[in-house]
Amino acid sequence: MQHGKYRFIVGFLAVPLGVYALFVVWPFIQSIYYSFTDWTGLSPEFKMVGFDNYERMLDDDIFWKSLQHSLLFALLLPLVTLSLALFFAFMINVGGRRRRGRPVISGVRGSSFYKIVYFFPQVLSIAIVALLFAFAYNPDSGAINSLLRGIGLDSVQPLWLGDPSLALWCVMAVLVWSTVGFFVVLFSAGMASVPADLYEAALLDGAGRATTFFRITLPLLWDTVQSGWVYMGILALGAESFAVVQIMTTGPGGPDYSTTVMVLYVYQKAFRDGQAAYATTIGVALLVVTLAFAAVVMRLGRRERLEY
Amino acid sequence: MKTTETPAPVPAESGASVSKADAPAGPPSREKREGTVLNVFSHGILVIWAIMVVLPLLWAVMTSFKDDASIFGSPWSLPDALHFDNWSRAWTQANMSDYFLNTVLVVGGSLVGTLVLGSMAAYVLARFDFPGNRFIYFLFIGGMSFPIMLALVPLFYVVNNMGLLNTIHGLILVYIAYSLPFTVFFLTAFFRTLPTSVAEAAFVDGASHTRTFFQIMLPMAKPGLISVGIFNFLGQWNQYMLPTVLNTDPDKRVLTQGLVQLAVSQGYKGDWSGLFAGLVMAMLPVLAAYVVFQRQVVAGLTAGALK
Repeated sequence: MQHGKYRFIVGFLAVPLGVYALFVVWPFIQSIYYSFTDWTGLSPEFKMVGFDNYERMLDDDIFWKSLQHSLLFALLLPLVTLSLALFFAFMINVGGRRRRGRPVISGVRGSSFYKIVYFFPQVLSIAIVALLFAFAYNPDSGAINSLLRGIGLDSVQPLWLGDPSLALWCVMAVLVWSTVGFFVVLFSAGMASVPADLYEAALLDGAGRATTFFRITLPLLWDTVQSGWVYMGILALGAESFAVVQIMTTGPGGPDYSTTVMVLYVYQKAFRDGQAAYATTIGVALLVVTLAFAAVVMRLGRRERLEY
Repeated sequence: MKTTETPAPVPAESGASVSKADAPAGPPSREKREGTVLNVFSHGILVIWAIMVVLPLLWAVMTSFKDDASIFGSPWSLPDALHFDNWSRAWTQANMSDYFLNTVLVVGGSLVGTLVLGSMAAYVLARFDFPGNRFIYFLFIGGMSFPIMLALVPLFYVVNNMGLLNTIHGLILVYIAYSLPFTVFFLTAFFRTLPTSVAEAAFVDGASHTRTFFQIMLPMAKPGLISVGIFNFLGQWNQYMLPTVLNTDPDKRVLTQGLVQLAVSQGYKGDWSGLFAGLVMAMLPVLAAYVVFQRQVVAGLTAGALK
């Protein structure tokens, strides 16, 4: 298959690679360069300033707050989401009651119904979900507080997104709500491929459900859990946290910077404050955090692959 | 099965349950009752989460049929009458029809472009040996783990200088570019799994590389194209960050952007019922499509992560 091979390769790669290089690779390279300048983004003139932006960043309290929140998003969100999803998936696929005349391992009744319903939020735009919950959290007329009033808890009427100590948790809860379903379905697919005789053997040996989960299901699913962790962490550092924080919180990022995250801070510095160069500096920090996060998770999670 | 490592650490709690279950000749009735309690407990939690997922969505649908007074007065009451005028107001006055049209244009163009360009690049990378193959492949998939916001700051000015800012085709090109990493990653793996013999036979019969690709390989790759197509469709339809940065013209807004803008402006106009109608209007087609094509959607969205 040599005839005209290189012409074909070049012809097929030129357009995709050109589009990708122009709109993705080139801006990435540029932004690292810009982080060493004093470019405002408003005028084309700028000069090199060395590490000034980086020094400024280390003294910037809001940057440190946004870094803290982003790290919390990347570590806590996957932990909560994946644990919930593993629990649900285990219940759906393996948690069924043992009945005579049925396969030893079975899910609870209505398992496919749960899988369909849990997946709903995943197909909705995170922007729509964020808007919906911004209304639900409204302290006066929102669904949550009026539900609390309805069941007689008139004294418990938090300000939710208006309370600096609660707002971040409210935002994170929305991200958990919208992503658990995806991982339930993902883990269900993984659990379905575990051979039933492994479970049967464990049951014969007298293992309970918790033991079955920790000794059989989790180790065999580890690869999926790990890549899910990285995937969720990258989303929580990037696009998803931008949408929920920007749409739901006052400010956005408030109250009192209690919900600001790095990706939002980059956006605000570049497109609101006219400090494009400083924005790219924070962006470079976000890049370092993202790559470090992925590297740590892949390294800590490395285990010998189990074959079955 | 091969276990060449120490098993995962088991928390004390589950250790205790082993010994309980291990105890030989335990009274069978007790064991049965314990199983039932556990079952009720676990089923209960599953039901509660299902309610927590559905309730906000139902609440939104219900609210979209109420008038403003009852939205604020009693958020959980059923609508006194079905106010369909909310929906027509949202569709015409609040520009939802424009937002829908813009979204359909942008997503339609991007989806076709992503699949064509993505499969071309993936095919070459999967099937041909040439210097730089690995480098280009990793250049593409590296885009999956980089924070997009970092690139968006200069990208705004790149797009602006090319005269593509606030245009539909400019947005399409950017959507395609940012969808390529996953598409190339997924389709390269897919093309590697297809048998080589058919393509070789076609080539021996005198078909050109280009013709072999379009007439033989693309039809064979249909299942992969459908999966990655669904993945990209949902991602592009729901995209919020890219249009927020690159699409600032009110007339060109896509659905997600338009709704957020609507929510901001309703703060002054006070047409909350119209806004909820708009929200539900944006939600329902996607949910309906999901329920109908449930199996394909789930396969498409989870395919990448299982590889």
